[in-house]
Amino acid sequence: MTVSRGNNLKGYLFILPALLSIGVVFAYPLFQNLYFSLLDLAQAGRPFSGMRNYVLMAADPLFWTSLRNNALLILLVPVLVVVALVFAVVLFERVRGWRFYRGVMLIPYITSITAVGLFFTLFFQGRGILNTLLRSLGLESLVVDWLGSTRWALPAIMVVIVWREFGFGAMLFLARLATVPEELFEAARLDGAGWLRRLRNVVVPQLATVIEFYVFIMIVTMLSWVFNYIYVMTLGGPARSTFVTELYIYIMAFRMQKMGVASGVSIILLLITAALAFISLRFRSRLLAEYE
Amino acid sequence: MNAGKRGRQAGAAAAAVLRQALLVLATVLVLAPLAYIILGAGKTKLEYIRNPAGLPVHFTLANFAALLKDGMMLLWFRNSVVVTVLAVLLSLAISALAAYAFARIRFAGREKIFNLIISLMIMPPIVMLIPLFVLASRARLVNTYWSAVFIYNGLMLPFNIYLLRNFFVTVPEALVESARLDGCGHLAIFWRIMLPLAASALVTLTVVSVLWVWNELLIALIFLQKNELTTLMAGLVQFQGRFRVNQPMILAGVLASMVPMIAIYLAGQRFFVRGLTAGALKGE
Repeated sequence: MTVSRGNNLKGYLFILPALLSIGVVFAYPLFQNLYFSLLDLAQAGRPFSGMRNYVLMAADPLFWTSLRNNALLILLVPVLVVVALVFAVVLFERVRGWRFYRGVMLIPYITSITAVGLFFTLFFQGRGILNTLLRSLGLESLVVDWLGSTRWALPAIMVVIVWREFGFGAMLFLARLATVPEELFEAARLDGAGWLRRLRNVVVPQLATVIEFYVFIMIVTMLSWVFNYIYVMTLGGPARSTFVTELYIYIMAFRMQKMGVASGVSIILLLITAALAFISLRFRSRLLAEYE
Repeated sequence: MNAGKRGRQAGAAAAAVLRQALLVLATVLVLAPLAYIILGAGKTKLEYIRNPAGLPVHFTLANFAALLKDGMMLLWFRNSVVVTVLAVLLSLAISALAAYAFARIRFAGREKIFNLIISLMIMPPIVMLIPLFVLASRARLVNTYWSAVFIYNGLMLPFNIYLLRNFFVTVPEALVESARLDGCGHLAIFWRIMLPLAASALVTLTVVSVLWVWNELLIALIFLQKNELTTLMAGLVQFQGRFRVNQPMILAGVLASMVPMIAIYLAGQRFFVRGLTAGALKGE
């Protein structure tokens, strides 16, 4: 087919509304952020301030705490992969009632993080459900104000994240397993391969690309899609111990009126995400090449 | 029967029991919070303080009645419905047109533009929010439905275009060719052939889009700050402070906010599964 001028015009007309929306919602903000991050927005006339916002950011310990907490959340990714993989494999073996179980696994994922967070705040609070249960089991010594302790708040949030997110991974893996040719499992079974060996030699290699996709999506999630959990459960506390990068941007921009610094942090977050996407693409093309 | 075979059978039976036990445990862990939300929402303030973890002595609907009487909850509910419906419709219309062009019209730069758009799928919203907020303030669009609707629409476009384009590509050329011979232009082919064929893909997209917009918090917090304009999610967060000593009300609000999504999920589970896995499985 040749590219004719008439086709060009028609094609552009069809995509014009999409390009306008994307231009306003994605393209403009990305460039504007870069520009904002180089200005002193607090002063009249918004003079150019060079790298000042970035220097301020780097000098703020809270920025580093936030980044560190995102890094700690990324440690959840292997946990999520293993939990999701176990459930996908168990469900795939057509255990009695597997449809019901599959339906149940996804319920946390379709529940809003806001609702989940509000519930778990009550669950973890000093006189909350968890502590009441611990007391009634005679485990008084384990009672802690979970979200009010700098030591336990982040781990408690991590539990909630795993609770809500694992079903998505399990569903992804299960959907991919359903497309694997039955002969592969049959052959392994005839070879006398045990459950664990089948998992290692058949399941994991067959799922390699989708696991890789999930790992990438989850790293990006832990880095830049956890605002909602933190905002509802701790708002970064206690003593700023659960701050994450998104919350830092939000507080800087909308509570502290430091838009320039917030723009700078946005740029940093964007660069990290883009770098991860680039690495993932390289990794993925290598994986695909191996299986070709 | 030889010993080895019997041993293997016993092993298989043990494995089956183990698997069931694992799944039952997981089901309990998944459903327990939901059970607590429902039970807690049916307790009185005093009973919840005395007994947060047990069964209610008598289940009361008074908290739900109080929510309805309060009025704000209904208003937020309505706002969420309006914003969700408008954003999803707008995004579907815009993405269907674009996806058709990416699948069926050859134009210069098509692949480059398409790849650029789908690469935006992972872009975290927080990165765009500051300039969008400044822009919306200047245009006096903060605290109007339109700012939130337009931003939701834009954020959903990359995924929607990607999914619909993948569908449109699979429509057999013969169907399109016969329509073209009848004198149909692109718009007629799009409207009369492609959209009806895409019905199931459109339902899938609608379901995952509705889920996302309904549950979204950050954009609602920033662009719908006025209490009477905000969505259910942003409104609910205020319950934390407001009902510090009357926590069953928080749980009643949480439950009410979950009901629509659970209803849609139960009605169309397969669309959820299809929509949520679309990015991963076709992306290979």
